[in-house]
Amino acid sequence: MADIVLDKVTKAFPDGTLAVQEFNLEIADGEFVILVGPSGCGKSTTLNMIAGLEDISSGELRIDGQRVNDKAPRDRDIAMVFQSYALYPNMTVRENMAFPLKLAKLSKEEIDRKVDEAAKVLELTALLDRKPANLSGGQRQRVAMGRAIVRSPKAFLMDEPLSNLDAKLRVQMRTVVSRLQKRLGTTTVYVTHDQTEAMTLGDRVVIMRAGAIQQVGEPQELYDNPRNLFVAGFIGSPSMNFLPATVSEGRLRTSLGDFPLGDRMRQQVSDSGGDLIVGIRPEHFEDASLIEDSIRQRGAEFEATADLVESMGSDKYVYFTVEGEKASAAELEELAADAGGGDLPSGGSNLVCRFSAESRVKEGDTARVWVNLDKIHLFDPSDGRNVTLHEGKSSGVVS
Amino acid sequence: MTTAETAEKPTTHSVRAQRKAKARISEGKRQERKLGWLLCAPAAFVMLAVTAYPILYSVWLSFQRFDLKFPDQREFIGLGNYWTVLSNDYWWTAFGITMLITVVTVAVELVLGMALAWIMFRTLVGRGLVRTAALIPYGIVTVVAAFSWRFAWTPETGYLAGVFGEGAPLTERASSLAIIMLAEIWKTTPFMALLLMAGLALVPDDLLKAASMDGATGWQRFTKVMLPVMKPAILVALLFRTLDAFRVFDNIYVLTAGANNTSSVSMLAYNNLIRGLNLGIGSTMSVLIFIAVAIIAFIFVKLFGTAAPGSEEGGRR
Repeated sequence: MADIVLDKVTKAFPDGTLAVQEFNLEIADGEFVILVGPSGCGKSTTLNMIAGLEDISSGELRIDGQRVNDKAPRDRDIAMVFQSYALYPNMTVRENMAFPLKLAKLSKEEIDRKVDEAAKVLELTALLDRKPANLSGGQRQRVAMGRAIVRSPKAFLMDEPLSNLDAKLRVQMRTVVSRLQKRLGTTTVYVTHDQTEAMTLGDRVVIMRAGAIQQVGEPQELYDNPRNLFVAGFIGSPSMNFLPATVSEGRLRTSLGDFPLGDRMRQQVSDSGGDLIVGIRPEHFEDASLIEDSIRQRGAEFEATADLVESMGSDKYVYFTVEGEKASAAELEELAADAGGGDLPSGGSNLVCRFSAESRVKEGDTARVWVNLDKIHLFDPSDGRNVTLHEGKSSGVVS
Repeated sequence: MTTAETAEKPTTHSVRAQRKAKARISEGKRQERKLGWLLCAPAAFVMLAVTAYPILYSVWLSFQRFDLKFPDQREFIGLGNYWTVLSNDYWWTAFGITMLITVVTVAVELVLGMALAWIMFRTLVGRGLVRTAALIPYGIVTVVAAFSWRFAWTPETGYLAGVFGEGAPLTERASSLAIIMLAEIWKTTPFMALLLMAGLALVPDDLLKAASMDGATGWQRFTKVMLPVMKPAILVALLFRTLDAFRVFDNIYVLTAGANNTSSVSMLAYNNLIRGLNLGIGSTMSVLIFIAVAIIAFIFVKLFGTAAPGSEEGGRR
């Protein structure tokens, strides 16, 4: 077990592209860290550099306080789980799991003992004599995990290990991975493009974009206090609603209506010039008829026609179309492209709101919607910065 | 009417419908199969005409005493020719030479071919040039290449003749055999490399990465991960080359013409059949070569076992 330190680690490919730029991160012993971001953001490259499968162009990588930049993967004592599982097709499950131990020249009894132990943990005992071709996706995934844990390495690296599983199995395996990591207490770096996996699994999440770290923090921290537009849009499902806004006469003018601004915010906003982007998470809206008077004045109200109502049982997702221009910023375009929804047809902005299940709103109704002003984020479209952050905490627009 | 009855009725109906559908499908299947046979027929007929007939004819000839120099003495002698050939020293010498050439050339080609395949596979700069250059020997007609080797080793004129001191290497048995094998290897290694390169492409990159994470050295990655995955391709390459090498003819014909006991079995069959006009003995040798090739093929196919391409359980993923 060990801590992993990445000190200004950079990866430049021969053609000049910078896959990872000055990556700084300290991963504590036993920590579960997730690298997440859209495809091509450099997360896998970073993982491969930790593994030793890619050279580090500049900067330093230390495992257990030791510089390992020039060490071969086999000398780093870390195990990796691949998206394709990379099981040796000619070996049985037992042989696959024993392979790293055999290479480490352990005695036969010790190998058998360790393999049996790992197989028991992962419920693979009945499958030990099978070949990978005769296993299901989930079983293969478990074998890949087993091969990683048998030799008790200093750290686990996981490169999208659950991406090839179907949705239901992925959720199950997520808990398996999480429990296993907690039980073994081994430092783990986990790469994924799925923000749900990132939120549910990690002690800390590193959000990457175009080779650079956007924000590092605990999942809830990233969710509540996104440092910029990219983080705000990437974390959360359904994702945050973004609308263009302007400030005039001390009020925030949006296509949902005018919102009051607090003194501190008024000062903040005047620095950043006229245009802004408002970001509101779906759960910070509510059917106005269900709001108690005591908290009603913490928010503002507006009217809109519901396009679609999805009842999830526990709550309702209500979709509105808001007239006017869409919010535009480089980060938002990138997020839309990553989500594959970049070319959805829409006049105006789509607004997703999460209402309580008691809400009586139906499709086609004009609903009165309440929005919690304490939870609104404001972003500067020029650099994506969250201007509502105050000492790292988001404090709403009326502060 | 009870509820059970009402529930039953649609079930029987649907079963009947299913049966009907099944019958209809098998009717269509039968038609399709018939069409398949019809489409194959011309090709199958041509194959039979050009392969089955000559094979059966030479088997028939091998059972007869039939020398074109003495056509009157033609008669059916059963396995007499086989006894004559198999109890003859010339045959066994030629057989030994053939086996030697086969084993040595195929072994050397496998090693060199693997190295060449690796180079062709891993080259990053000038990949096209490297691959083309490597394949040139295979593109040259064997006889032409053999002649160029003969000139190269001819004393006085050849640029290689003086390499191992004075003397004519193609007039001595050991050096002649070495040169024949060299010419064979030079010529067919690219073919081996090409087949092996197809095998290299079968090895997923992740597998090698996983092996290096698991602590394997470069050599261990090669022997424990790559070779097993490449096994089908290696066996195919070995089979092709072994069958080819066993029938070695052109190089020997041009380089030594079988002098100093350097004949292969094909060479011997040619000398008896075409030069000696002894159709009986010559055919017998051809049939024996055919049987030997069949045995080699059989052994390889047995060796393939589950490793044969496409027969892997659950398919390759």
